[in-house]
Amino acid sequence: MALRLIIALLAAMVLAAPAHAKRETLRVAVAAPYLEMHTGPGRGYPVFHVVERGSSIEVLKQRTSWFQVRTERGLKGWVAGEQLAATLQADGAPLVLAGIGRSDADAWRREVGVSFGDFDGASSISLLAGWRSSRHLALELMASQLSGRYSDGWMAGGRLVHTPFPEWRLSPYLLLGTGVIHISPRASLVSTEDRTDQYAQAGIGLRAWLGRRFMFRAEYLGDVVFTSRDDNEEVEEWKAGFSVFF
Amino acid sequence: MESRVFGFLLRALPVLLLAAAASGCSGGLFEREAEADRVQPVIDPQVERREVSAPKIDTENFEVGAYAGFMSVEDFGSNTVYGARLAYHITEGLFAEATLGKTDTGKTSYEILSGSSAPLLSKSDREFRYYDLSIGYNLLPGEVFIGGRHAFNSALYVLLGAGNTRFAGDDYFTVTYGAGYRVLATDWLALHFNVRDHMMDIDITGEDKTTHNIEFTLGATVFF
Repeated sequence: MALRLIIALLAAMVLAAPAHAKRETLRVAVAAPYLEMHTGPGRGYPVFHVVERGSSIEVLKQRTSWFQVRTERGLKGWVAGEQLAATLQADGAPLVLAGIGRSDADAWRREVGVSFGDFDGASSISLLAGWRSSRHLALELMASQLSGRYSDGWMAGGRLVHTPFPEWRLSPYLLLGTGVIHISPRASLVSTEDRTDQYAQAGIGLRAWLGRRFMFRAEYLGDVVFTSRDDNEEVEEWKAGFSVFF
Repeated sequence: MESRVFGFLLRALPVLLLAAAASGCSGGLFEREAEADRVQPVIDPQVERREVSAPKIDTENFEVGAYAGFMSVEDFGSNTVYGARLAYHITEGLFAEATLGKTDTGKTSYEILSGSSAPLLSKSDREFRYYDLSIGYNLLPGEVFIGGRHAFNSALYVLLGAGNTRFAGDDYFTVTYGAGYRVLATDWLALHFNVRDHMMDIDITGEDKTTHNIEFTLGATVFF
């Protein structure tokens, strides 16, 4: 089954490839004294060609903040976004590149992240999708898989995150959330029943920008699980992970 | 940000020009009133509004593909492993990667030597399935030269992540780390050679221990 899926995937890869060529490309003129072309999309790849001011180049594709261009002579290479931003379009307007040279992180609204941590002694892996409604407030959906010594489980829910000082490079945040938690005891141990309960959580966290669009975050949470037994269960949880912004 | 400033300047241009014209005239307003009826302004403030928008450029930050190789599961022998990989390139150095893989495991040496008719695990429990989420860094970007005419971009990258392994009827939290070598055969097709260790605590063989399950794979991915 898995093998068949992989073969199908490989076939799709080969079939999907020619679709790249069909797109209409953008043509720009070099306005800076020169434009450096690298052999690959990164600082580490050497400069192998320089395009002079006034020359026309074709922009083929973008990979991270690097752009593949083709010169009039058909030479292909990669140009850094900062350099390509100093070119002019056919109508004389400067080229505006999405996400290049944009320093304010507030422009990003969507976030996807993963984190790893500890949930009352069990290890947790979480996947997070967030949406920011303002500089301070964000709504996040989170799903976690828990694996402990005596039981496994998962939890899924939503949370509201408030960042009082979004402009700080190392910025604290507060969060409130709720959701559903499912716990099932390990196969090799005494068989108690699976349980699904509601939980509520409050926590504090710290986030730090590691790079453009890339953030580290760590948080400490206090959870209350509303069990069907007499007492509610209180659980301590911490997480650390990273997020990418769109 | 730049586009916004530019747009604002364009929009403000007629107002600025009118203001400049008005201040220039204000000195001799009464004397020139009659003249103003006849003389056209030097600059026509009717500036045509230009749409400033980011042009559509094909972005290729995702990489998807499949891999196959060998995986050694501690105490349970080495077997073929298959998997799929999805990566997102965040910057030229950093990328996030998700992998999903599967291998079958063999019998432990105890099971073979004792000739026991009662196996340790059932057939379905012998399947070792995992998923991982990792962060990778292109540590050594470079080029590979084949002959005098061909050069291919390459990168040696390191990976660190964690995930979950389903084995012997239970889930195990797994820490993974490794390194890979990526060679770009074309602009969009990459070949990978990857070595990773899947580290997890298990108690299947009767004692709690940390196992190292090492995986060697060869794979291909496309950028899209």
